[in-house]
Amino acid sequence: MTSQPRTLFDKIWDAHAVVRRADSADLLWIDRHFVHEGSFHGFGMLDHAGRRVRRPDLTFGVADHYVPSHDRALPIADPEVAGMLNQLRGNAVRHGIALFGLDDPRQGIVHVTGPEQGLTLPGLTVVCGDSHTSTHGAFGALGFGIGASEVAHVLATQTLWQRRPRRLRITAHGLLAPHVAAKDLILAIIARIGAGGAVGHVVEYAGEAIRALGMEARMTICNMSIEAGARAGLIAPDDTTFAWLAGRAHVPRDFDAAVAAWRALRSDEGAAFDREVALDAAGVAPTVTWGTSPETAVPVSARVPDPDREPDAVKRARIYEQIHYMGLTPGTPLEGLAIDRVFIGSCTNARLPDLRAAAAVLRGRRAAVPGLVVPGSVATKRAAEAEGLDRVFRDAGLVWGEPGCSMCVGMNGDLVSPGERCAATSNRNFPGRQGPGARTHLMSPAMAAAAAVRGAIADVRRLAP
Amino acid sequence: MTPFTVLTAPVAVLDRANIDTDQIIPARFLRKPRSAGYGGFLFADLGVRLPAGSAILRAGENFGCGSSREGAVYALVDAGIRCVIAPGFGDIFAGNAAQNGLLTVALSLDVPEGTVLTVDLPAQEVRLPGGTPHRFAIDAFRKQRLLEGRDDIDLTLAHAAEIAAFEAADRAARPWAAIG
Ligand code: SF4
Repeated sequence: MTSQPRTLFDKIWDAHAVVRRADSADLLWIDRHFVHEGSFHGFGMLDHAGRRVRRPDLTFGVADHYVPSHDRALPIADPEVAGMLNQLRGNAVRHGIALFGLDDPRQGIVHVTGPEQGLTLPGLTVVCGDSHTSTHGAFGALGFGIGASEVAHVLATQTLWQRRPRRLRITAHGLLAPHVAAKDLILAIIARIGAGGAVGHVVEYAGEAIRALGMEARMTICNMSIEAGARAGLIAPDDTTFAWLAGRAHVPRDFDAAVAAWRALRSDEGAAFDREVALDAAGVAPTVTWGTSPETAVPVSARVPDPDREPDAVKRARIYEQIHYMGLTPGTPLEGLAIDRVFIGSCTNARLPDLRAAAAVLRGRRAAVPGLVVPGSVATKRAAEAEGLDRVFRDAGLVWGEPGCSMCVGMNGDLVSPGERCAATSNRNFPGRQGPGARTHLMSPAMAAAAAVRGAIADVRRLAP
Repeated sequence: MTPFTVLTAPVAVLDRANIDTDQIIPARFLRKPRSAGYGGFLFADLGVRLPAGSAILRAGENFGCGSSREGAVYALVDAGIRCVIAPGFGDIFAGNAAQNGLLTVALSLDVPEGTVLTVDLPAQEVRLPGGTPHRFAIDAFRKQRLLEGRDDIDLTLAHAAEIAAFEAADRAARPWAAIG
């Protein structure tokens, strides 16, 4: 019997199917479940039904969305924010779940610290009540975000009903040019296929450009899969993956045997994908968004679009709406557009190489606007400080914060003021995402650093050291 | 949760593409307990007010994209919405909706606000006043859950033996999946 060639996705799915329903969803086994402050609804449903957590040993609590970025020694001023952190602790203690809390050296954004602790491994299913769980796909794990009812379901059963998604392969040919980062590549991909372009699909990223990326850059790519609507993003594990994982706290004790098993986790020659997209990575330029969807990403040399040149009435209205919200004038160059503030952080771009890239631009320079740099985890923060990166940011006049989600979503009170324009390394430029009326331009860490120096959107290639 | 069968109601319209869950409910409300009632948070920063008594919403492409927050569904449900009709939905949003008795119908339907529609889940069609029915597709499992208004966890626990058997076999098959 010759077996059919299978994709990486199919191999992982098939290894996790507990029950298969011919008519729709399969019941999947879940290997790792991360919960955070916002998971309280899920715990509430569990408690309401009088249920217990089936596998507390596979469940990890992480404080990230609401943690303060400043002065952790001080009590939290907002009682509702403090309540969110207390609630997470209470749920973790009551159900016997490990907690990476406010004063824990493992604390950080769940999608930064999970991999750092060696909890995310090739071939696993990883879920969290957070859409950017797609990040974990960088390791060849099937990671996807779930809602509160599903959080309760995983807590109670360690399984989840899921409909098998379709398979989309995106192949990035060539190599990225100097000063062009993974963030630029994923923004270019989203611009190409659209914010809904991968709905119902799991994306496997392949090609020379992807293989050449380090793990942190691969996480940036997979992180933003959801911004194209994908259920998950995947990159086949390779020697880069295994070398990055070796020696981390929770990797398998027999690591060599694990690596031997993981080497089979790749799409077979001739495996069928439902869709294929290819693009030339070498042609990608430093990229920024102008509108209120990541799909509005354009090369930094581009201009704000002119809605009157759009023949389609629906698209024209959509451009008008975004230009209005963003306070832009059609036809103006994006390069040189004045900004009010900079945010370098989030689960997309708050890892050590991201901070190094931003610091390389800022070293010996002053920021022309205020800004906040928030490392993704305590471990990342310590590593950055050991290299003196915190000094570079502080000397430039930026604030060096405590790890967490911070100004990506503003739940801890780090907000962009109404009407302010922010150059951000995060993943969402939705209206109100960084605060009511906030205007967000997404870009890479080096581009955000360049924007800080110029006080305006800038082409990092002109400032590069 | 309330079962969904057949619903006849006037439609409210929010015809914009990519209405993400941050716009459906801004992050600052997510810390509220469900008992607070989420209806008042719906579209809080959009300046959109749905006509009173709206139970069906017609929305634009890629509705509910973005964050996985189930609060977006709570806001719609608590505001009285039982069905959203749009050309396409964010996957996580659509899954969350089904968990809360909110039907998502993937259909391009160009009808003005106030049109009285009948959404018939058993027949999988939306009927316009006096007009032809519009068929829609829905996953069989999701349909069954909505029709019965049943809790998923109960259904899953009926498979407890299979889960336990999988768990035991998997330990041997994938020793590397254990926490090291
Ligand atoms: S950093 Fe932003 S996108 Fe990432 S988990 Fe936190 S809030 Fe979500």
